[in-house]
Amino acid sequence: MSTEVAEEKVVKKSEALFSKRRKKLVADPLNEDNPITIQVLGICSALAVTVKMEPTIIMALGVTFTIVFSNLLISLIRNFVPNRIRIIVQLAVVALFVTLVSEFLKAYNYPMYKVLGAFVGLIITNCIVMGRLEAFAMGNKPYDSILDGFGSGLGYAWIILAVSFFREFLGSGSILNFKVFQALGIPYVNNGLMVDSIGAFMILAIIIWVQRTKTGYVEQ
Amino acid sequence: MDLVNLGIKSIFVDNMIFAYFLGMCSYLAVSKKVSTAIGLGAAVVFVLTIIVPANWMVQQYILKESALTWLSPQFEGMNLEFLQFIMFIAIIAAMVQLVEMIVEKVSPALYGTLGIFLPLIAVNCAILGSALFMVQRDYTLAEAAVFGTSSGIGWMLAIVALAAIREKLKYSNVPSGLKGLGLTMIITGLMGLAFKSFIGIAL
Repeated sequence: MSTEVAEEKVVKKSEALFSKRRKKLVADPLNEDNPITIQVLGICSALAVTVKMEPTIIMALGVTFTIVFSNLLISLIRNFVPNRIRIIVQLAVVALFVTLVSEFLKAYNYPMYKVLGAFVGLIITNCIVMGRLEAFAMGNKPYDSILDGFGSGLGYAWIILAVSFFREFLGSGSILNFKVFQALGIPYVNNGLMVDSIGAFMILAIIIWVQRTKTGYVEQ
Repeated sequence: MDLVNLGIKSIFVDNMIFAYFLGMCSYLAVSKKVSTAIGLGAAVVFVLTIIVPANWMVQQYILKESALTWLSPQFEGMNLEFLQFIMFIAIIAAMVQLVEMIVEKVSPALYGTLGIFLPLIAVNCAILGSALFMVQRDYTLAEAAVFGTSSGIGWMLAIVALAAIREKLKYSNVPSGLKGLGLTMIITGLMGLAFKSFIGIAL
């Protein structure tokens, strides 16, 4: 494959490291093509881990890591994977990186591993990862795939951080475990619905509403 | 009796969708028509019924610490749990392939309607999620079987109910930003609120 790249460079001028097209790869999933609010992917973990902000940050990092590296690996081997078994190959690659994330977390932050529980393993079935592999990495060069994965990871991260911010703020009256209302001396009764699943659905619905109104996206 | 309680609890209280948000992707995508929703729900129940006990055996006889001693005493103390994700997902993918072939043979009409979503059961988080919960909660084989079936039934119940509501809502006039996903989220939230009334139910 390296010879192929080299030949192409002779024919056409190589693309800048951060050309307009490549910036678009990173920027598009943040808003106009957001994986959660527009493509409707990866909702499960967006709701399940967002009770507090801290686990959400870990989850966002884990998912971004998994997308970037499985995009890279699949993109590298894309020409050798037979079409019929590609789903299983993709699952195996994703499972590899999720195992890495899980073992790393187990070793360095065991309490957080306990909090996230089964949801670390569920990154494997996060549709965003599979969606990017299937839609992008199977047909694009490694470097572009890394950027695309990074963009999707960030798009996912900011939505779940927004959801968890409101859930923790309204549900536990704190931000990153810092008791805001107590510190300000304002009496605030925690809203139990926000800690519960119902609050997650409602908050996500409102974020989707605001975001779609802003981007002008209408579902048919 | 404990098993019956576990079944009721996994269907209504610890519902896969309303309590753990598992399997949301296909839940949102395939809930536009009741008939398709029933088909997919049945497929999920079927797959879960097989998968959870199957993965229980893998966990018990291969992955767990010192699990391989039935093969030879020299494997005492060996822990293969780091292979858990890859093993589970491989078994799930193989099993889904099997279900796909069976459905194609038995009911081509259902195969046509389910289309792309049948292979996607493999990446349905409800399946892998149930398998991981089964390990986390230390179920016995019988409990694992009941848990698998009843969480499948709970998932099916949720998706069929949502599809029925969405069929009615198709012609209502909602704000354009809320159309589709936004409104579905709100309905799911309200349904979850209704399901909260089952908390504490036991025989």
